[in-house]
Amino acid sequence: MAIALERAAGRPPAMLFHRETELPRGTDLVVLAGGFSYGDYLRCGAIAAHSPIMRAVREFAARGGHVLGVCNGFQILCEAQMLPGALLRNASLRFLSMDCHLRVERAGTPFTGRWQKGAVFRSVMAHGDGNYFADAATLDRLEGEGLVAFRYCDARGEATAEANLNGSARNIAGILSPNLRVLGLMPHPEDYVDPLMGGTDGLPLFESLVDALAAAPA
Amino acid sequence: MTTAAPQPLPAGRARQLAAEFGLTPEEYDRVLAILGRAPSLTELGVFSVMWSEHCSYKSSKVWLRELPTRAPWVIQGPGENAGVIAIGDGLAAVFKMESHNHPSFIEPYQGAATGVGGILRDVFTMGARPVANLNALRFGDPKLPLTRRILDGVVRGIGGYGNCVGVPTVGGEVNFHPAYNGNPLVNAMTVGIARADRIFTARATGVGNPVVYVGSRTGRDGIHGATMASAEFSADAEEKRPTVQIGDPFTEKLLIEACLELMATDAIVAIQDMGAAGLTSSSVEMAGKGGMGIELDLDAVPQREEGMSAYEMMLSESQERMLMILKPGREAEAEAIFRKWELDFAVIGRLTDTGRIVIRHKGVVEADIPLAPLESEAPLYRRPAAETPKPPPLDPASVPDPVGVAEALRRLVGSPDLCSRRWIWDQYDSTVGGQTVRRPGAADAAIVKIEGLRRALALTTDCTPRYCAADPEEGGKQAVAEAWRNITATGATPLAITDNMNFGNPEKPEIMGQFAGCIRGMAAACRALDFPVVSGNVSLYNETVGRAILPTPAIGGVGVIEDAARAVGLALVPGCELVLVGETRGHLGQSLWLREIAGREEGAPPPVDLAAERRNGDFVRARILAGGVRACHDVSDGGLLVAVAEMALAGDVGAALEPPPAGIPAHAFWFGEDQGRYVLAVEDGAALLAAAAAAGVPAARIGRAGAPGGALVLPGGRSISLAGLREAHEGVLPALMEGR
Repeated sequence: MAIALERAAGRPPAMLFHRETELPRGTDLVVLAGGFSYGDYLRCGAIAAHSPIMRAVREFAARGGHVLGVCNGFQILCEAQMLPGALLRNASLRFLSMDCHLRVERAGTPFTGRWQKGAVFRSVMAHGDGNYFADAATLDRLEGEGLVAFRYCDARGEATAEANLNGSARNIAGILSPNLRVLGLMPHPEDYVDPLMGGTDGLPLFESLVDALAAAPA
Repeated sequence: MTTAAPQPLPAGRARQLAAEFGLTPEEYDRVLAILGRAPSLTELGVFSVMWSEHCSYKSSKVWLRELPTRAPWVIQGPGENAGVIAIGDGLAAVFKMESHNHPSFIEPYQGAATGVGGILRDVFTMGARPVANLNALRFGDPKLPLTRRILDGVVRGIGGYGNCVGVPTVGGEVNFHPAYNGNPLVNAMTVGIARADRIFTARATGVGNPVVYVGSRTGRDGIHGATMASAEFSADAEEKRPTVQIGDPFTEKLLIEACLELMATDAIVAIQDMGAAGLTSSSVEMAGKGGMGIELDLDAVPQREEGMSAYEMMLSESQERMLMILKPGREAEAEAIFRKWELDFAVIGRLTDTGRIVIRHKGVVEADIPLAPLESEAPLYRRPAAETPKPPPLDPASVPDPVGVAEALRRLVGSPDLCSRRWIWDQYDSTVGGQTVRRPGAADAAIVKIEGLRRALALTTDCTPRYCAADPEEGGKQAVAEAWRNITATGATPLAITDNMNFGNPEKPEIMGQFAGCIRGMAAACRALDFPVVSGNVSLYNETVGRAILPTPAIGGVGVIEDAARAVGLALVPGCELVLVGETRGHLGQSLWLREIAGREEGAPPPVDLAAERRNGDFVRARILAGGVRACHDVSDGGLLVAVAEMALAGDVGAALEPPPAGIPAHAFWFGEDQGRYVLAVEDGAALLAAAAAAGVPAARIGRAGAPGGALVLPGGRSISLAGLREAHEGVLPALMEGR
């Protein structure tokens, strides 16, 4: 993730330890990267959601700050109730490490500005608990308000059951906060930012962020 | 008050316990001679684990000495926690493979998981950040429910630990054979990267220096695990479950970060992980290597359970623990780092100049053993070895083709040993860390880039146990040669190997003969290919109720390529010409075609001509690096047509094949397992053939790649659709695992 951020932004991100309590001055983006916080021994992200630094992250988001949570980061955002719903065990009850395709459902956000709505891109998924779940009313609200960012789809862009590898509700792979400044998604766009590593399909997400943050008032 | 001397066990009781702990009467007599009295319980525990097969290599050491271990790029050969080689730019690759066979049979998930945890510690102990995990797995008959249960648990365990700790699992190999029904093999390999001038070792020095314990607390798990791993299984293997440890990958992750943070300072004198035989082997080996004495105060050991005895603490194999010797006065600095990572830290002793290990607990000296004889008087056996009789070569005339080439291909790509391993690797995080250039199934060796550089490692694990069983020497050669070939087929330069010697009961001459034969073959191949052994592990007594596994010297190979972008995969590219490099005679003895199609397991395995191997491989590597080679795949299990099919499936690109040369039956040409061969997909076939002729390397055009999708078109026009082939190839393992 740090490599992708540096590639897009031209400078490396600051790394924060979970016990810190303040974000560095001038922070314009907080990224909760993937990883097994606390070993995922409890529900994924449940303990990390209570890490000391999360209070500052929550306040940052409440002030309109941009937050990206990928994989375990998405799980933490849900456990911290910064995004609705939960990530359950994959429907297959197995860890899934493979390529997947994502369809952009909402263009024009700070995370998707470089894509057109309906664009399809390849990403890597690597998780055991990525099965997005929310009650029907929440799902309807997310869809109604255009807060579904990405859906699992096949290479042609069809959101089929076969392409929904982890069994997520309505093929949902990523969701946005109402102000569109908090994004959580399970797959790893940061794994495809270099042709040598298999492609640059994920790069537009980071370039979109650079565009949005450059335009945003400091 | 401290009593001056340990309390000896009553003589009769001591002798009886020694036998229960796996010491022979002669070995126990040596203990008496060294101590000059009967041992205490703790002392007996120390001797029995240090002299177990698992820790002492007493049956294998005399043979292992025959393996070449040196090359200009070798920084550390066998004898430390892991091997170290220079890989350029002032960096070193640190790697080792280790077995967790016995625990994985008893408790597949935890057995495999702690196998991964243990080998990770062996690598970061030396100052390296782990960057890749691989494995070599062997299971029994896939139709047995027990095999499915073990395979499922092992795969979940490897993934559960490796995924959580954040080290990608990038490669491996799997075989099935009924010989592993009661004794699966789980060999885990870790590769790490360190600065070549910042390698840490286990050599303790400095009288008075503090002995520091870090990591998880000590509990009663895994007591006598090393002893368990040094005996055959009887029918009551289930009862050994308490000897299996439980893994905690999150603590391991913290331990990696804390150790590497401390290693960035100069506070550490020596460090070793607590693996088999835990506190005993780590303290004895560290003090022994430095020619020191060591005093331990077990009251200071962080404990997870109440009322543990000295014996239990010294023999516990609780996971995620390390022992370090610090420079004097650096304790506070080190402790702050471990506390930050929420790990236990305790000074539990001092180095002395007595040459003895003295263990105190609750004011009592529980053990007082001279270290030199514990090592120098350790039993060492040159056990009787009965050579495996050379099998007569298979008479080609005796194996007519019963089904035809197309049907044989369909059956072979769907056979357990050749079917797609996707079901397995899809459960391993192969991309975490963002440096995996070629993932499982994409190339003959995994390609893992070094962060911030163009340089990359090429990594593989290999062994063909059925060859080793038929002819241990040729099989040993082939295992090393295949690892070398798989690295070569990516364009990388093979540098060194780690070996994991899995065999049956060494007290049986025919097993020792297999061991000696494999070593002989491996040594010859290592020498011919400049591919030395820098680390390894021996796992003997792989038998259940008297039935031994196939001899399985698993090889983990490491190579380097200067520019990761030059590495090639095996996926066929449309329009390329297909050229076979190497000589084809149609060797069907011990081939998978013979086993799967003709239903016979016999004959001599294909011989490995090491001079041809070297010449062909050096040629292929040079051509890849010169450019123009779009894909490359070595020809191994299943022969030439299976290799071409694997390339076609990987690229989803068909190919049209030319007729075999006269004089070789079609099935022998397409499915023979002659060694030292590669299939190259090249832009200019004529240029490659000319270069091969100039280099004296046998090469022949065998066909041309077609269009995306498409089919394999055999000589004579028979067409095999890739879709159908893929279904046969990829459907098998998921179906087997669902019991279909």
